Amino acid sequence: MEKFIKLTATAVPLETENIDTDQIIPARFLKATDKAGFGENLFRDWRFTKDENLNLDFSLNNPSYSGPILVAGDNFGCGSSREHAAWALKAYGFKVVVSSYFADIFKGNALNNGLLPVQVSPKFLEMLFDYLNSQPSGEITVDLENQQISIKDSGEAENFEIDPYKKTCMLNGYDDIDFLLSRRDTIKKYEDKQLQI
Amino acid sequence: MKKTLFDKIWDSHVVESIPNGPDVLYIDKHLIHEVTSPQAFNDLKERNITVYRPDKIVATADHNTPTLNQHLPIKDLLSRKQLSELTQNCEENNIQLYGLGHPYNGIVHVMAPELGITQPGMTIVCGDSHTSTHGAFGTIAFGIGTSQVAQVFASQCLLVEKPKKMRVNVNGKLKKGVLPKDVILYIISKLGTNSGTGYFCEYAGDVFENMSMEGRMTVCNMSIEMGARGGLIAPDDTTFNYVEGKEFAPKGGEFEKRKAYWKTLKTDDDAVFDKEVSFEAEDIEPMVTYGTNPGMGIKLTGSIPTGAGKSADKALEYMGFVQGESLLDKPVNWIFIGSCTNSRIEDFRVAASYIKGKQKAANVNALIVPGSRQVANQIKAEGLQEIFENAGFTLRQPGCSACLAMNDDKIPAGEYCVSTSNRNFEGRQGQGARTILASPLTAAATAIAGKLVDFTKSLN
Repeated sequence: MEKFIKLTATAVPLETENIDTDQIIPARFLKATDKAGFGENLFRDWRFTKDENLNLDFSLNNPSYSGPILVAGDNFGCGSSREHAAWALKAYGFKVVVSSYFADIFKGNALNNGLLPVQVSPKFLEMLFDYLNSQPSGEITVDLENQQISIKDSGEAENFEIDPYKKTCMLNGYDDIDFLLSRRDTIKKYEDKQLQI
Repeated sequence: MKKTLFDKIWDSHVVESIPNGPDVLYIDKHLIHEVTSPQAFNDLKERNITVYRPDKIVATADHNTPTLNQHLPIKDLLSRKQLSELTQNCEENNIQLYGLGHPYNGIVHVMAPELGITQPGMTIVCGDSHTSTHGAFGTIAFGIGTSQVAQVFASQCLLVEKPKKMRVNVNGKLKKGVLPKDVILYIISKLGTNSGTGYFCEYAGDVFENMSMEGRMTVCNMSIEMGARGGLIAPDDTTFNYVEGKEFAPKGGEFEKRKAYWKTLKTDDDAVFDKEVSFEAEDIEPMVTYGTNPGMGIKLTGSIPTGAGKSADKALEYMGFVQGESLLDKPVNWIFIGSCTNSRIEDFRVAASYIKGKQKAANVNALIVPGSRQVANQIKAEGLQEIFENAGFTLRQPGCSACLAMNDDKIPAGEYCVSTSNRNFEGRQGQGARTILASPLTAAATAIAGKLVDFTKSLN
């Protein structure tokens, strides 16, 4: 897994709330059997019109916005457990998603793929949207070590929570599978004990 | 310390607690299907590790399968490839697969309970958010991502933080025409789509105690639609009677031994929840959704709320509705009775009882899709197929079908579909399709009338 330590970059705002994983990657694109190539279908039905033209009203298509940070409305990633949503965001080039709330399964999937979910207060999220509306090329810093997100120009900052174990994984690029494999003996002991009950 | 039902099952499955970190949770049963497993198998291959406990995994093909001519090769090349990879992966790893055409094939959350694979007190996971369904048996069951599917393959365990606990109580007597689907749509409409995030939700009260296993599965299925990782209901005689005699359920003395343990699986009297809410059964009416998330629900005879904000306006625009309007008398050209929420025998019985002797409206296209081959056989055996066919409906073969429209069963753009499935997200049932979530009874009544009607008046 790719490491994440600190990033200062421009961002793309997407103010819609309750963005579900069916919007992030529609089900008809889930037929692939590998992890590659989902980026081109990220937000497919919002990025493109019915006749397959770019929807210029959608912020990802707005030439003023670019960068590896997605700033999204409340309750991002609800719905289906499809990890394809995290793969699609990552493949498109996002490294961080900021929102005031994340759905559980999406959050876990993102962390397992080196995509950092940063949960901020509704007030700070609004501040970020205002900032990006007035300064589309404004930069944001996400510092995982210090668990802090800040607006470069104004210096406004907020701390964010992350599970200490997951933080270590992200900072070092470890994943859970390595850890679990190292615990097979303990797991075997648990199984043996269960058999005796 | 007093424990909740959830605590009792969770604590007995903790292999190890990581200091300042998650628990290593042992998984009793891992269910897999064709869409979220291939990348996990690849992951294992790349790391050169084998599946640790293949006997604890059960596979089915459901998401991507056609509901017509299942005996023929699948036309869609990508779907065919996904299914053949599942077959190959299961063969290579000694995993039991109930593939297309197998008598046990069906939607993962329908076939596992009906085969007795799902049993009280278990931990169950699947790369599918509606795994919460199995909580109806008093299990800890939740959806996982593909990386976690690989973790369970590798270790039969998951690294998870223990969620918080909430309880939803519903007491009283349900009104005529109010089904379990209406109960859960009502709860979600009151609590919102992220009220359960970070929680496991226990459903308690006499409404759930008096529900059949099918009804309890419908309720627990939609726990994820309020954000909860899972929902669960304490097992009781209804549960034990359902499990007893099922193909893979324990038999004889072993069953009695298990049952004695299952009886201990209930929340202690003074156990404390992080959050608790209560509703009255009498307040619940048949429900419909008007927007693009399952929390946007109103009673069938109600009207769309006003002044809800920018995201709600976007949803109404997509649905072609306006604030303050009633959905009654809205023409509807499609109905779908199926999905892991409502495709069990009881759902078809209730739909058939309404449809019997009536004719579907000429404008209506109906998809009637059983959840499994066993349900399909039961529909035939009970004479329900004849009722559906006499009314002008065609019965399809089992699968997830138009719930997520991965196969050919899609609702055309701009059309309304009264659907017994679980999600009304934009494009969920096909690009541009407009989904109105409802119970099987509401879907049946819509099919007959060709529009949404208050059918409760005509119930005996």
